Amino acid sequence: MTESKFNKILIANRGEIAVRIIRACKEMGIKTVAVFSDADADALQVKYADEAVNIGPALSRKSYLNMDNIIQAATGTKVDAVHPGYGFLSENADFAKACVDNNLVFIGPSAECIAASGNKSAARKTLMALGISIIPGSDDIISSPEEAFEVAMDVGYPVILKASGGGGGRGMRIANDQNELADALAVASGEARAAFGNPDLYLEKYIEKPRHIEIQIIGDHFGNYIHLGERECSIQMRYQKLIEESPSPFVDEALRNKLGETAIQVARLIGYTNAGTMEFLVDKNKNFYFMEVNARIQVEHPVTELVTGLDIVQQQILLAQGEKLPLRQDEIRLNGWSLECRINAADPADNFMPSPGEIQKLILPNGPGVRVDTHIYNHYVISPFYDSLIGKLVVWAKDRDMAIKRMQRALSEFQIEGIKSTIPFHQRVFQDEDFIRGDIDTHFLEKFADLR
Amino acid sequence: MGSKTYKVTSPVMGTFYRASAPGEKPLVEVGQKVNAAEVVCMIESMKIFTELRADQPGTVKKILVENEEPVMKNQELIEIEIA
Repeated sequence: MTESKFNKILIANRGEIAVRIIRACKEMGIKTVAVFSDADADALQVKYADEAVNIGPALSRKSYLNMDNIIQAATGTKVDAVHPGYGFLSENADFAKACVDNNLVFIGPSAECIAASGNKSAARKTLMALGISIIPGSDDIISSPEEAFEVAMDVGYPVILKASGGGGGRGMRIANDQNELADALAVASGEARAAFGNPDLYLEKYIEKPRHIEIQIIGDHFGNYIHLGERECSIQMRYQKLIEESPSPFVDEALRNKLGETAIQVARLIGYTNAGTMEFLVDKNKNFYFMEVNARIQVEHPVTELVTGLDIVQQQILLAQGEKLPLRQDEIRLNGWSLECRINAADPADNFMPSPGEIQKLILPNGPGVRVDTHIYNHYVISPFYDSLIGKLVVWAKDRDMAIKRMQRALSEFQIEGIKSTIPFHQRVFQDEDFIRGDIDTHFLEKFADLR
Repeated sequence: MGSKTYKVTSPVMGTFYRASAPGEKPLVEVGQKVNAAEVVCMIESMKIFTELRADQPGTVKKILVENEEPVMKNQELIEIEIA
């Protein structure tokens, strides 16, 4: 790979991450091209980018998922590279390949690597062969109920069914015995087919009281890798993360080193380049199991940025230009504590029902140690066509207690009128004694389900 | 005249879908009988799909919105004649 500096980048995304990427480019002196749908003509990415191209109607599959229109926008504006952000086409191997076929650098891992990361049953087989600890379960997709019963007997109940084709909680079902498993197989398979066009399921032992802990890695095109520590992402609602932090109150230096080494081992195995995340489940005895690769920048990347001082999006761009990693592992220090709240347009008092509409009043928090990544502004209309994430409130302080106090303060300053948001919900979590002690697992939010 | 009807309305601003997944058949057609709590259409808002159900048994009289059209909160979607 030869090194060549980018003059212009197209951002194949919308919302806060499009704005985030434009900011990174501006600071590097790189020109930007935004894309937008008919629903997003007034979006901030359009105002901030040097150029903007309409790529189609509001529905995602006709615009932000429309590869032909995006590639045409990129070649038409003569960009050097395409940054896919997260979601949409970011983990679509065909899109990564289409970029390369049109002489555009795809800012992310190779198409082959994305394909390898996305196929969970193939990934499991490879990892098991290499002795990387994964959750015990079926070696491959489940081909019959009898096979499912046999594997479940082997690993012990409770078990969880997962869709081979994707995540986000769809196609997932927990079963405590054979009768429940029989029912769960039919339901989960139907959900998986509807959500991902692929009914294939695999079965795993269900780990109780697990923590979701992930490792940010970056790798160059010369086989060098470093990890940037962990992110604790156990605060989830229906498998969607709501609060993230770095470091994790549960991870000590020894566990961090082991997780980091394993993450890099997986990255090396699949020839991963650019920024990526390896997700693990960690049980209460600090046993950890590799779950999956997220082959993209993640929503929660800012908490890692605030404790490492590295701009991960800028690193992605430098690595895609063919540059070498700027740091060795022993130069990475985690400094202080960072917490992030995802602000969604959803009503916590009504089962998180989506709440699109016009922002009638907006006061953003600021002050020491506060970062807000958002694309909303006063009188902006949040359309119902896209994800409900409208911003990320991120704080940094020198330790976890101070970071929690800072988040409480920042949440109290944050005012959005005209729509419902998750701010009141975050305020409750940040008063919860277990949360403040760091005593959390992926079931933490279940106790909030009844409290409205 | 004389027959009673009610309308299924959208609980949220979003996109109206007549089928449960792309390429599937519409959940209901005009003239079709529906049971109470039967799913008659879907609303997608912010990537969340909500199934809308018939309140009472009856016959689909009119479908008031085209498939994949944007709808407002409380907008009337399907008119059902009570059995």
